Amino acid sequence: MRRALGDIDGVRSALIATVSAVVVFGGGALVVVRSPNWPRVRQQFFNGDDFVEAWPQVLDGFWLNLELFAYAMLLIPVVALAVAVMRSLRGPAFWPVRLVAVVYTDVFRGVPLILLILLLGFGVPALDISGLPRSSTFWGIMALTLSYSAYTAEIYRSGIDAVPESQTASARALGLTQWQSLRFAILPQAIRNVVPALMNTVVSLQKDVALISVLGVRDAVREAQIYTTRTFNYTSFVVATLLFLAISIPLTRFVDWFIARDRAVRSQTMVG
Amino acid sequence: MESAPPVKLEIDAVSKSYGDRVVLDGLSLSVAEHEVLCLIGPSGCGKSTLLRCVDLLDPIDSGDIRLDGLSVIGRDVDADAVRRRIGIVFQSFNLFPHMTVLDNVTLGARRAHGIDRATAEATGRDLLERFGLIDKVDEYPNRISGGQNQRAAIARALMSDPEVLLLDEVTSALDPELVGEVLGVIRELAGRGLTMVLATHEMGFAREVADRVCFLDRGQVLEQGAPREVFTTPQHERTQQFLRRVTEAGRL
Repeated sequence: MRRALGDIDGVRSALIATVSAVVVFGGGALVVVRSPNWPRVRQQFFNGDDFVEAWPQVLDGFWLNLELFAYAMLLIPVVALAVAVMRSLRGPAFWPVRLVAVVYTDVFRGVPLILLILLLGFGVPALDISGLPRSSTFWGIMALTLSYSAYTAEIYRSGIDAVPESQTASARALGLTQWQSLRFAILPQAIRNVVPALMNTVVSLQKDVALISVLGVRDAVREAQIYTTRTFNYTSFVVATLLFLAISIPLTRFVDWFIARDRAVRSQTMVG
Repeated sequence: MESAPPVKLEIDAVSKSYGDRVVLDGLSLSVAEHEVLCLIGPSGCGKSTLLRCVDLLDPIDSGDIRLDGLSVIGRDVDADAVRRRIGIVFQSFNLFPHMTVLDNVTLGARRAHGIDRATAEATGRDLLERFGLIDKVDEYPNRISGGQNQRAAIARALMSDPEVLLLDEVTSALDPELVGEVLGVIRELAGRGLTMVLATHEMGFAREVADRVCFLDRGQVLEQGAPREVFTTPQHERTQQFLRRVTEAGRL
């Protein structure tokens, strides 16, 4: 009896959800499509022929975005962890180290990423210092790394701070040095604490690699711009948008799943 | 002249403040080799701070601490080396939650003392077996009881074969039915002649295992002596007050 009622409730809910979706999305679509300029917008942004034509070119640029993403993903966790550790060292001897870490995070969190990319990407090659790479792509990756590492270092640091002081005391009591205590007792716990926050940073980084287009590097966005300039058609931007979404939506779903699973695993632990 | 056992640990006029709060106020105390010394006293009397300072986990403001007659305070002292000679066990166990019991117990040996894993694990297993934890070696701390955690923590502190073991209210965080198993372990260590300093609220146990009891009050040793003397004929009014309150709470 209960079961049957439940089924009926389920059907009813599904029905309401469907009707509601049709009204909201359909209504929204109707407003767009019936707007006086829609035929022109459709022609300029959603043109099938342009889509097919722009696709290979934009996709080509998108591989560069993925490459940048991959390099930054390798560099950021390492640089950020180093900064976080520097900032966590106690004692007067490490004061200059802490200062460097503090100044670093303050400066690189304070500068808008796009400015940092412009400054490093155009500025450093212009200095023409021998031995330094002159490729804009390289400096683009550096800018992404420096900026994201500053944020990520703070995430790590919050994780380190969340590990109780008593853990450090018991590690030191075993005769471990400050560094060994961090390395073997504190950091493993700290990193575990912040994995969900780190994963969200990954999602955000995946999109921000598009900013490198301001350097004229031929990534997906730049290629889309080139196509637009040539044809006066904006469909290429829609192509780039879809390419980014193709990565970021599965990534976001994965992060959500991972965080939920992590939470479930942690809540299973026994206390007492 | 009767030859007294050699002094192992000497605390000499040690003072320590946290901000404006004076926790240790010129406290002096010495512990003989093989002696079991119990520190008793009201909360905040400085017991825990004293133990932390002796293990060099908190710097002292003034005074001196000597181990075998040699000062362990000062710039030229290798604090990590001193900590290996002194073991400490905390009220809240403080096992590392991301490591198994065996890894917890062997971490110091493997990383700080440079002992290879196999040797460290053999020693660790022996200790854990002695403390009835041999079937828990591969468990994580949050999967075993508080009493088991604390026994593992004692095993961890004993891995470096310390000359002095400091125990900071090691049964205070335990459910009453788990207290006995931990006290059993300490009793065994006392029987083996390990030099120990215990801060404790278990007066019955202090009376049983201690060679000497020290009553701490306002950062100083107010009264000390054989357990029988201190517990039955306390001299100072504050000691009497404290013991009366403890008796009323049914802990003696």
